Formats: sequence, structure tokens, C-alpha cells
Amino acid sequence: MPKPIQSIERASAILRLLSGRTRRLSLAEVAGELGLPKGTVYGIMRTLLSVGFVEQDPESGKYRIGAALLHLGSSYLDGNELRTRALNWADWLAARTNESVRLGTLHDGQVLLVHHVFRPDNSPQVLEVGALLPMHATAMGKVLLAYHPYLTEELGTGSLQRFTSCTITDPKLLAIELEQVQDQGWASSLEELIEGETSLAAPIRDRQGVAVGAIAISGPTERLCDDAQPRNELVSYVREGARTISRDLGAVPW
Amino acid sequence: MDYVAAIDQGTSSSRCLVFDLQGRIVSLSQKEHEQIFPRPGWVEHDPREILRNVIEVVHGALDSGGLTVRDLVAVGIANQRETTVVWDPRTGEPVHNAIVWQDTRTDAMCRKLGAEHGQDRFRDRCGLPLATYFSGPKVSWLLDSAPGLRRRAEEGELLFGTMDSWLVWNLTGRHVTDVTNASRTMLMNLETLDWDDTLLDAIGVPRAMLPVIQPSSQIYGEAGDSLGGVPIAAALGDQQAALFGQTCFSAGEAKCTYGTGSFLLLNTGNHPVLSRHGLITTVGSKIGDEPATYALEGSIAVTGALVQWFRDKVGLIGSAPEVETLARTVDDNGGIYFVPAFSGLFAPHWRGDARGVIAGLTGYVTKGHLARAVLEATAWQTREVVDAMNADSGIAMTSLKADGGMTANNLLMQFLADVLGVPVVRPNVAETVSLGAAYAAGLAVGFWPDVESLRANWHKAAEWVPNMDQAERDRGYRKWKKAVQRTLDWVDDDD
Repeated sequence: MPKPIQSIERASAILRLLSGRTRRLSLAEVAGELGLPKGTVYGIMRTLLSVGFVEQDPESGKYRIGAALLHLGSSYLDGNELRTRALNWADWLAARTNESVRLGTLHDGQVLLVHHVFRPDNSPQVLEVGALLPMHATAMGKVLLAYHPYLTEELGTGSLQRFTSCTITDPKLLAIELEQVQDQGWASSLEELIEGETSLAAPIRDRQGVAVGAIAISGPTERLCDDAQPRNELVSYVREGARTISRDLGAVPW
Repeated sequence: MDYVAAIDQGTSSSRCLVFDLQGRIVSLSQKEHEQIFPRPGWVEHDPREILRNVIEVVHGALDSGGLTVRDLVAVGIANQRETTVVWDPRTGEPVHNAIVWQDTRTDAMCRKLGAEHGQDRFRDRCGLPLATYFSGPKVSWLLDSAPGLRRRAEEGELLFGTMDSWLVWNLTGRHVTDVTNASRTMLMNLETLDWDDTLLDAIGVPRAMLPVIQPSSQIYGEAGDSLGGVPIAAALGDQQAALFGQTCFSAGEAKCTYGTGSFLLLNTGNHPVLSRHGLITTVGSKIGDEPATYALEGSIAVTGALVQWFRDKVGLIGSAPEVETLARTVDDNGGIYFVPAFSGLFAPHWRGDARGVIAGLTGYVTKGHLARAVLEATAWQTREVVDAMNADSGIAMTSLKADGGMTANNLLMQFLADVLGVPVVRPNVAETVSLGAAYAAGLAVGFWPDVESLRANWHKAAEWVPNMDQAERDRGYRKWKKAVQRTLDWVDDDD
């Protein structure tokens, strides 16, 4: 076996260090923690910056893991693969809740619908697979945002697009809700995309714990909510479905 | 006591699914078994391993649903068809590994049996062409494989059964088989639904070793301690179970199950229809004392198997679902057609001399086009079988109920609707094989009152509507047929 390449080993050590921290680190901190000369760390950091694997805060000059690297990790699961693996339990969720079910993944800052199960009442419905939905106005989008915090910054600081009178357009308010989503493990969209329609979503995680997608049920608010609050039993079904699919993908039960 | 369990004893694994009164999946467990390949073309299973796995997955499914055997009103069995077991009832030990339906060791015997009369020698009696799939010739081969076996079979010291029979004997002690499994042996007369002496004599299977033929839905007996006395109340061949699970209870209703191979079955009502267009005639189901329902079946050998080949042997994709991702990198097939006649062509051609072809190759073609042609092959093969069905039945199909793993492939399902020119629908429970076995078992014990109550459980989970103009469809089909012509007459006598 050829000798390991030292600069790649050092780059990996830097990325590992940055990924383990919630706050940004300065060049001096990185060099200090790894016991490397600042000049060496600087050279490697410039290269990692140029490929997007780290990002530098323009004001403080401190570093953190870049979105490109996170994208690499989170998008490895093919949407077609996800649909195939989730098929039985998406059907199960539709049968349990009597609502339509959708599965979404991240795609260029939007939610890509990779699977759709009709509401099991034999009414005329049209397959929506392939459609793109806004992140901030859908339950699936909120779940994906909550579990991929770096994306929130990509939404910007300006006002978000309004779809209904209930759409959350202030990024600050959205950020508060996303924290709650992360705490409770599920998200809702209460008429925020379409008037009269509520959806409830939970994350699907892979064996690394990365949220590779979200599964949601959608339907009229009067069926999904009691007193403007999502019905508990429906939330548990969505979460149970998401957990079962995650388990099938190899995630450790939580 | 609110659930029915289905055992799906398949070719690669045994599964158990538990269903509730609404026909919804409650829990599932699965275990693969060893594929034994003693020689090229030979495929065997260890029946004891399968029995152990079956009992394990039933308990596995109960555990994962937080249930016990006492929560089950009945168990139904759906099984890989034609796979042949011979065992000694005194010891319970098989005298040989099970010979699996894919096994081609009876090729020479089948050709000899057909010698002066051709492949259709027994078709009038049993509905089947002489082909290596079916059990009768496998039993005969097995009895000649070691000294003394044939004599012991003639004296009733050995028993034969397909997988349903092996499992029911082990679970209840009764030596029975269901009429749909019996219809795949080449030994049963389609009109009398009993073993046929002419067939038994010609193929060389002693009557003394055969199980009693029973309805598909009936209490065969109560399971012993291994399954806590629950009634074993149904058995069907897996494809017939899928027809039942799709609630195709009336003449004219059809389903196609997309797996390794694909099987299109059309319910033809209470009379067998002999095919003039390369399909086979089989029993669909028999519920208690009601008359049997028959079906026409179009068997396509290579559909999902082509995707697996593309993954494992060509290596352009890492998993089967990725074929769709690769296929979507291009807009069309780039002019190529892939006819996967890997071991000849089955329905409706039945040409053993055919071998696979990729026709229309040019320098323009990319791996994306190849992936597309791989998927389109499944749709065009279905089109050929549907045309044969329409010709035999005299009724044009108005929609196709699809199920099985490949229904997860949206590109394929859309293309299928496009080339058939009719909507393709997927039911909410894609596990139609297990659901059919559960339905048949539940009917036998009165968990469901009648088949009409089961229809209410069927819900559409997805529908793909044709979106291709007639001229394009016709042009594609013309090219496909030309590609099929190019597969024929490839195998020579000295190959």
C-alpha cells in the first residue's frame, strides 16, 4: 500500500474538527487544536474554501463546514432508491390516516416530490411525482430545513415568498419555528401553501442519522386538525411511518 | 383475534405479513434462504431451512407487531410455484433438496416427452406446454436420481408436494395441496381438477405419493405447537394469490406482477380457456365448495432480472432503483431496443432457440439510452402478452392493475401506460401475493364474509395515464417486433 498523502490526512483532520463544532473556528484555533503550523493550515484551508468544503465568515474571518460538503453527505441517497425502499410504509401511512402521502428530498433549495400515494378513497387524483415545492411553506420543507441548518442561511434575510395569508414570510419567525421542529421531531404547514390544506411531516434518516428526506400526509384542515392544532394520532402515524422507513434504511432506532 | 397472517414462501426468501380487517399491513418479517447451484442450470433449496425460516418469520412478524399467535384467526400460504419436494413421512426428512422451478435439468426429458407430438402434447389436459418449469418431470427425475426411490414412492413410502404441500404437512400433518398449485404440476386434469392417469403414466409419477387436491380457501388443519394451533386455512401459488389479492374475482379482470419475471393473469371465469396465442391455462382459485375460477397466464421470464443483470454484470448502476435515475438522463431510447431473451423467449413466443439482442446500436447511444432500453423491454414484453390475452379472450383490456417491486419505478409505469394505451393502476397494498393468501384464509374462517367485502378494501394508490400518440406507439412497437425477430434462430445444435 502506498504511503498516505499527508496533506489529505491534514485536510480530513481540519474537516473533522470543523464538523464537530457548532461555532466557527479561527485559523489560530484550528492550528492550535491540531498542533500544526498556521501556514500549513492556511494553505489547506484556501484549497478547501475554493472547492466549497469550508466557508469563511466575511466579518470574523472564522471558518465552518461548507454547504457543498453537507450536500455531498445528504444527497447520496437517490430519490428513486428512497421511493423503492419506502413503498410499503408510504402505502401503510396512507391506509392508516386515509390521507394522501408524499415523500420529498432536497433539490436546489426546494423540495422535490419523489413519491406520492393517493388518498385511499378511489377519488380521481393525479400523480405529482417530480413536482418542486417551496421549503418554507411546506411541512416537508420545514423538516428538511430544521435538520440541515446551513440551508436556512441560503433562504436569505429578505422576505420569503407568500402563498397564503398564513405563509411564514419572515426568516426570523421561520427560524424560531424550525428550532421547535427540531425539538419535537415533526413539522406542520397549516394552510401556508394552499388555503384550507394542512400537511404534517417527519424526517426520514439514514444510517448516519442524516435526514435524507421527509414524509408527509396532506389533506383538508378540518380532517387533520382539531382547534387549529394537528391531531395527535395523525402526528404519531406520520412519525411512526418515518421511523419505520428510517429503520429500513439502517438508521439506529431513536 | 383480529388479524390474519400470510406466509409468502418465495424463491429467494420467506416472508410473513400480518393484515387487519381492512386488509392493511400491520407488520412484516422476512428471511432469505440459500440458493444451491449444484451445476449450471440446476437450482435447489433446502426444504428444512425453508420450514425453519417460515416458522421464524411468522413469529418475527408477530413480535414486531406486538402480537401473539392468539391474535391470529388464520394463516394463509402463498408459495413459489412448481418447486418440488419429495420426503419420507416416517422421518419427515426430504430425500433430496427441493428442485426449484427455474431448474432446467428436465430439459432433455421434456423434449423427449414432446418428441413426436410437440410441446403441446398435454396442453388439452393440463393447460401447460412441455417446459422445464413444471413439477411432474422434476418428480420423475428425482425418483430416478437414486436407487430405490421409485419403488418406495410406488409403495406409498414417499410423499411428493409443492412448497404449499410441504409446509401444510409439516404444520398440520395432513398431506394436501391446493388446486392452483396442483395446476402447475402437469399432472392435474383441468376439467376434473383431479390427478390424471394418462399424465401420471406418461410422465412417470406414482399416484400413491400424491397429495389430496383441496380448494385454495379451506381449513386444512390446525398448526401444531410451532404456531400455537392456529388454523392453516389457505394456499395458493404466488401469482394466483396476487390475482386474488388484487381482487380480480370476476371474468375479465387482470393483474400483472412485476418482479424478477413478470406474470400477467386474466380471470376467465369458471371455464378454462385454451390459448391459441402462446399463453398458459391455469386454475386461479377455488373458494370452498364454489366452482373453481380459471385464468390465462402470460409468463415473461426476464423483466426485473434484466435490471439486476444491468446492475450486477454490467455495473453501470449500484442499485436497481438507480436504473430510473440513469434512464432519466436522456429523453428517449436513442433508437435502441433490448430483447432480453437470456434463456429463450417465453410467452407468447415460446422460442428456446432465441438469445438476447440489443438492436439499433449507433455511435450516438449512451449508457442512459441503455438504461432506458432496459426498462422499456419490460413494457414491450407486457404489450406482447396483453395482445395475446386480448386475442384469446376476445375482450380488449381497459386498464392494467400492476403490482410488485417494479411498480416503484415511475418511468417504467408511465412508459407501460404509454405503450399499452390504457391506464396502469397500482393498489394501495403492493404486497398483493401476501394479501391474496390472507384474504383466502380469512374467507375460510369467516373473518371476511364474502369476496365483495374484500373489493371494498382495494384502493388505488397511483395511476399512470397514457401520454403517447398512436403513431409513436405503433412505430415503437414495430421496431420492438423487428428486434424480437433478430433474437430468433440463434442457438445452433452444436452450441
